[in-house]
This record gives sequence, C-alpha cells and structure tokens, in this order.
Amino acid sequence: MTSFRGTSPESPSLAGLRKNSSRPRDVFNIIMTGLSVLCVVITLIPLVLVLAFVTIQGAGSITPALFTELPPPPGLEGGGIANAIIGTLIVVAIATLISVPFGVMAAVYLSEFSKDGQVARWVRFFTNVLSGVPSIISGVFVYALLVRTGLTGYSAVAGGVALAVLMLPTIIRTTDEALNIIPQEIRWASIGVGASRYQTVLQIVLPAAIPSILTGVTLAIARAAGETAPLIFTALFSSFWPNGILQPIATLSVLVYNFAIVPFEPQQELAWAGSLILVLLVLLTSIIARVVTRQKTY
Amino acid sequence: MTASDVPNTRSRTAGEKKFDGFFVGLTTAFAIGTGLLLLAISFIILMAAIPAIREFGLQFVIASTWNPVQDAYGALPMIYGTLVSAFIALLIAVPLGLGVAIFLSENFIPLKIRTVLVFMIELLAAIPSVVYGLWGIFVLIPAMKWFFGLFGLQFIGPSMLTAALILSIMILPIIIAISRDSLASLPPDLRQASLGIGATRWGTIFRVLIPAAVSGIVGGIMLALGRAMGETMAATMVIGNSNQISLSLLEPGNTIASLLANQFAEAKGLQVSALMYAAFVLVIMTLVVNILAQVIVSNVKAKYD
Amino acid sequence: MVEQVAAQTNQTKTSTVFKIEDCDIYYGSYKAVRDVSMEIPPNQITSFIGPSGCGKSTILRCLNRLNDLIEIFHLTGKILYHGQNLYDSDIDPVEVRRRIGMVFQRPNPFPKTIYDNIAYGPRINGFKGDTDEMDALVERSLKRAVLWDEVKDKLQESGFSLSGGQQQRLCIARAVAVDPEVVLMDEPCSALDPISTLKIEELMMELREKYTIVIVTHNMQQATRVADKTAFFNAVPTESGGKVGYLAEFNDTQEIFGNPKETATRDYVTGRFG
Repeated sequence: MTSFRGTSPESPSLAGLRKNSSRPRDVFNIIMTGLSVLCVVITLIPLVLVLAFVTIQGAGSITPALFTELPPPPGLEGGGIANAIIGTLIVVAIATLISVPFGVMAAVYLSEFSKDGQVARWVRFFTNVLSGVPSIISGVFVYALLVRTGLTGYSAVAGGVALAVLMLPTIIRTTDEALNIIPQEIRWASIGVGASRYQTVLQIVLPAAIPSILTGVTLAIARAAGETAPLIFTALFSSFWPNGILQPIATLSVLVYNFAIVPFEPQQELAWAGSLILVLLVLLTSIIARVVTRQKTY
Repeated sequence: MTASDVPNTRSRTAGEKKFDGFFVGLTTAFAIGTGLLLLAISFIILMAAIPAIREFGLQFVIASTWNPVQDAYGALPMIYGTLVSAFIALLIAVPLGLGVAIFLSENFIPLKIRTVLVFMIELLAAIPSVVYGLWGIFVLIPAMKWFFGLFGLQFIGPSMLTAALILSIMILPIIIAISRDSLASLPPDLRQASLGIGATRWGTIFRVLIPAAVSGIVGGIMLALGRAMGETMAATMVIGNSNQISLSLLEPGNTIASLLANQFAEAKGLQVSALMYAAFVLVIMTLVVNILAQVIVSNVKAKYD
Repeated sequence: MVEQVAAQTNQTKTSTVFKIEDCDIYYGSYKAVRDVSMEIPPNQITSFIGPSGCGKSTILRCLNRLNDLIEIFHLTGKILYHGQNLYDSDIDPVEVRRRIGMVFQRPNPFPKTIYDNIAYGPRINGFKGDTDEMDALVERSLKRAVLWDEVKDKLQESGFSLSGGQQQRLCIARAVAVDPEVVLMDEPCSALDPISTLKIEELMMELREKYTIVIVTHNMQQATRVADKTAFFNAVPTESGGKVGYLAEFNDTQEIFGNPKETATRDYVTGRFG
C-alpha cells in the first residue's frame, strides 16, 4: 500500500491537503467571511443613502440666490441661506481664533516642555475625556457662563466659544502627535547652535510640523462647522444679515435644524441645500487633509 | 579663534531669557487650563443647577413629570430614554462594527480597497449629525412606516427605535476604528503562532485575536456608548420628544440631550436650573463612561507600546 | 552674569580648553560613568573611543550640556571650560551651546532651505548684519565645510535634497556658522559611506586650524587617521549587574595605538573585544 503514496495523488493521506468546501470548518470559514462582508455592506448603505439623498434633494436648490439672499418668510418661496453661510464662517472663525493658539500652545507644552510627564499625562487624559463630552454640554456651559450672565448674551461670540471648546481636544491631540513625529535630532541641532527654547519651538519644530497641524485644524474646523447642538442656545438664530459679533447669528447647521422641523416645503428645500453644503465641506476637507498628510516632511 | 573674537551679540539678553521663560510658562498655563476645562464645565453647570438641586434633590432623577407650567421637574423619562436609545444603538452597532473591523484588519481584499473603505467609514463619522437628523425625518421615518405597514403595524414615525437606528449609524465608525486599531496592534506572531499550529483563519480570529484585543474593543464600545448618550441633534429630530416613559420602542421618547436642545432657548426661572440639573446628570453619566473608556484604551496602548 | 562669564573666560584662556575633574555621571540612581578626569587641548582633534556603553557619548554631551535635556541625568565633579565650571548654577546652558557647537551621529538638517539651515544659528545668535553680510557668512561657512561648490547653485533648495554625506557637511557648516570655539562630533561618520567619511575626515583636519574638535568614534582607523589625542573609555560590570564606564587611558594617539599602557586598551585597539 505504501508504494502508492508517492505516485497516486488520490491516496487518502494526500487528498486531505486539498481544499474541500464541504468540510464543516471550511463551511464555517466561508459563512463567517460572508457575514463580515455583509457587515461592511450594511455599514456602507446609510452612507450611500445619506449622500445620495442630500445630493438629490439639495442639488435642485443650488442657485445663485442661495448664496446671495436671505431665507424667505415662512410659507413663501425662493430666497437663500446667505446669512447662514456668512454666519457659519464668522462663528467658526471665532472658534478657530480661540482654539488654535490655545490648543497649539498646550500641545507644545505636552510634547516639548512637560518635564516629569505626570502633569502631561493628566492633561492628556482630561483632554481625551473632554473630547467625549457631549457637544450640547459645551453649549450648556457657555450658556451658563456667557449668555445667562449677560456677558455676551446670545451671540456669535458665545457660539464661537462653545465650538472652540469642542475643537480644542482635536487640535491638541493632532498637534501633540504631529510634534512627537518630529525627530529629536532636529531639536538637538537647534539647541546645539545655541537656540533658546522658544526659538527651537517657533522656528524649527512647529514649522516642521505644520502640514500635520494644518490637517488637524482643518478637520476640527469641518467638524465644528457641522455642529448644531452647542449653537442652538448660544448663537441662537437670526433671519437677517449678521449684525456684529455680539448679536444672535444664523448658522448653516441651526438653519438645517430649524427648517427641517417646520411644515413648509420651501424651508425644507433650503434645509436640504444647507445639508448639501455642509456635507460638501466635510467631504472636501477630508480629501484635502488626506492629500496634505501625504506630503509630510517626516 | 579665541573667545575674545566672540561677538558680544551672542550673549542672551535679559529680555530674551525672560521671553523664553514667559513662553514656556504660557504653554504650561494653556496645557493646565485645558486639563482644568473639564472641571470648570462641570462646576459651572453644577452651580447653575443649585436652585433645582435644592428644590428637588435626588427626587429629580426618579420623578417622571416634566411640567414647566407647574415648575415640577423630574428627569426619569429622559434618563430612561438616554440609556435605552444608547443601548439599542449599541446592540445594533457592536456586531456590525466588529464584523467590519475584522474584515478591515484581515487581508481579505487588497490594501488599496481597504484604504478606500476606511476613508468611507471616516466620512460616515464626519457627516454632521443634523444632516442625519434631516435624513431621518424625510427618508428613514417614511421607510420605517412602509416597513411596519407591511406587517400591518401602526407606526407614527418619531420613536425610540428610529432614534436608536440613527444613533447606531453614528457610533459605528467609533466602534470600527477602535476595534480595528486594537486588532491591528496585536503582535503579528500571535496570528502566525495560531496559523502555524493549523488553526483556520476564523478559528484564529475567534480564539486568539478577539480575546487578545478584547479590552481595546470594550474601550471602543464604551466610547461609543458615551457618544450615543450625548448625541443630540439626530436624536432630537426623530425621537418625538415625549416626556413620558413608554415601554414600546415604536412610541416616542426623549433623551436628556434632546430635552436640553428643545427647551433651553425658551426656558425661564427654575426651568433653566432644572435643565442645568439635567445637563449635570448627563455630564456625570458621560464622564463615568468616558473615563472608564479612556482608562481601558490607554491601558491597552501601554501594553503594546 | 553672562558678561562676567565671558570676561572670566577671556582672562583665563589657557592651553587647556576643557578640564574635566572627577566626573561621575548618573541617570537617576544608576551610575553610568565614574571618575573621569582629563584635559582637552585647543586646536587639536581629541577622539573618544571605546566599546558600546562605556559612556563616551555621554561625556561628549556633557561638554556642551546637551545632557540637560535628559530629565534624570545628573553629574558630580567639575567640567571646566577655560577655568569656568560649566555646571555652576549661574551658567546659562544656552550660552554654553553657542560657544560649543555639536555635530550629531545622523545628519539632521532642518526642514528648511540650505541657506536657512546655515543662517538659522547666526540669526538666533543676534546676527546684526544685512543680507549681503549674511550671504557672505553662509558662503564662508559652506566653504569651510567644503560644501560650497556642490551647493552654491541651489541654496534655496531643501536641506533634504542633499546626499547623506553632503547633509552631514551641511550640519558641520551650520555648526561653524555661529563661530564656536569648539565643535563636538558624536560619531559623525557612522551613517555615511566610505567616500563621504573620507571627505568629512579631510574637513576635520582643516577645521582643526580654527577650532578645537572632540570626536566620538567607533572606528579605530578613523581615530588613528584624524586624532591628535585619543581617550580610551572602557566599561566594567558593577556589583549591581549594570555597567559603569570609566576613562582607561588618555594619551597621544600614537601612544594609545602604538604603545598602550593598559591591558584593556591594548586588547581593544588590537581588536580583541569591543
């Protein structure tokens, strides 16, 4: 019998090496692989559906008037969302002006100056926990701090501060990571020619990390532009043109929310148009961020 | 070259030294400020909640009336809604997310396509929640009406189930990202060892990889739970905002976050304080979940770094 | 304070640049180097050789207080620079590093243009000249590093566009641009090919005219080729199971390689260990 082994591929001991899709464990593997593919498909369905509906419903309303006119009074046709677009730009700009310097400086401390590491560990920990705090809580915080106390009232500034709180953890984390990638030798080189600490940070380390930091800031801005909950009762809303940063101001996201829940079709159409603009913003920034990340120095 | 040739300018001026110290101090202050921000948020909300805390005490979390007209406030229906909608969302998202995470951490398909898939899932996380809400109102609710109609069931639209479905879509990316990271950071020898003694691919996944990555996966699920409990817009727009406990998932409900979104702008007097109290309860709930999640996730990181 | 230091430095300018006295170096409670005493003469090349872990790089980094960056590092004993202890509490380490430059193991140009790589040091050191003077300084520094002819047409390109050997010469040019008195080199050729290594060695011989050079090297041939004096550091096991480095022998290079006094030195230079 043994003499057959080498010559006949059909000998039982070698046939066992062949794939056999009816064997229980192979069946199990095929089923599980199929299930995981199914999971991917199910996960992507909402993405496709959301993108499709926003595009279909929103595209029809993309007209020049959308970018130049105020929203129509309830029930009337036409109009645009120009005030909300400008308002979003203003509120996000305020949030960026607050959170970027704050976040970048904090990250510089974490990666460059934190000596014993203990303080840095706690700050990193609290920053991570902060990023999990619901966005509406940031709105409640700013409402209690600025709106109710009358410091700013309902205003673009209050909205900006609320968004800044949300942007801060992202900016700190991405800057911290970006600085950590910069090779230690570059810092030594700068210190070796006699640079002070601020010179090394401002002239060597930060410039080298700028592409990654910009990526993080861009993503944070895109997220902030879509945030609604922190703005509802800080920036409030306005049907008119922005009137200074200490007045209530319209934003795209709050406009989508307000117009989605009214029974007037023209308003609902503007809500879809606003959604499309927000989604395009997110899509564009995500793609830009990817491209920029690829051109890193290190 | 002698030391005397050294130009005097190279000596650091007092100003330069002072600025150097100031710069380092400033970064330190900003970093510590960020660390304290969380405490400041909790403290300010707690302070604003004090009148309501005095008035209702712990009764607040077990009473189920929310009546601004009579100034009687209890948050139980919202706490119930927050927990139930979040848990149902997890129930849907965890198996799906794990399946996707496994698929993406294994080499079923070429890396290029996987990168595209990862990007699409990131996009899922990046879409603003208000857009999900809008989509929920005009697409998901009609679709669910049609679906339940097939079985002759009455379905009015805004409901706990609708909110949970939207929430599950929104937390999927978190579960996928963190589970995938945990699976990907496992040492490669683990997989090789298992495959080397003749285990099949899925045998290896279930018996070796998932158990080894379990704490990271749990951490990701906790983060997702925190996100689901605090998610506001999508929930507000489709949950129906009914301040009553209804055991049926097809009935409207409410969450703390949507209560805040709905009532803050028009609230007055004690109602503001009651809302602050509710917000404080939400802060505590999400803090507990997030701190646990961070501890778990950072322990996992420490293990493989 | 700073002026005082500078003045003192001038007055006591001696035939010795560095005088190390009874130095022990610790990382936390772990003693890494014990009991080093030596004198480093000006305008010569002094090389530090020895097996891995003997503390030669550690000692080198003490000479411009670069070890300050390591939190748990501390040092006992004295390191005198023209008679001034560098570790006195009133010494500004930033000032020290402006006088004592450093070239590192791996070329580490800044992610800037070639021009800005050189100009960075003078600028932060308060260079007051106009553009023409800076241009001249950049040219002079690059010429000293024998890199000028290779890069003069692409000064505005990134430092990363150069080859490894060119990058290292750029780093040397960067170090000499601030006109230090001493240039410390920590295995400057270990990441380079033989031809680039040869170029750097020729460069060191030229720089010796103007600067005091201290170089750490793993390559004994390099030490014999370039160094006037050589210090052999050795490491011995300690009771606690670690290793501690010490200065085994310090002498003219010919003596160290031709007629070593210590058995350990002879074993090392003849390749028996290390």
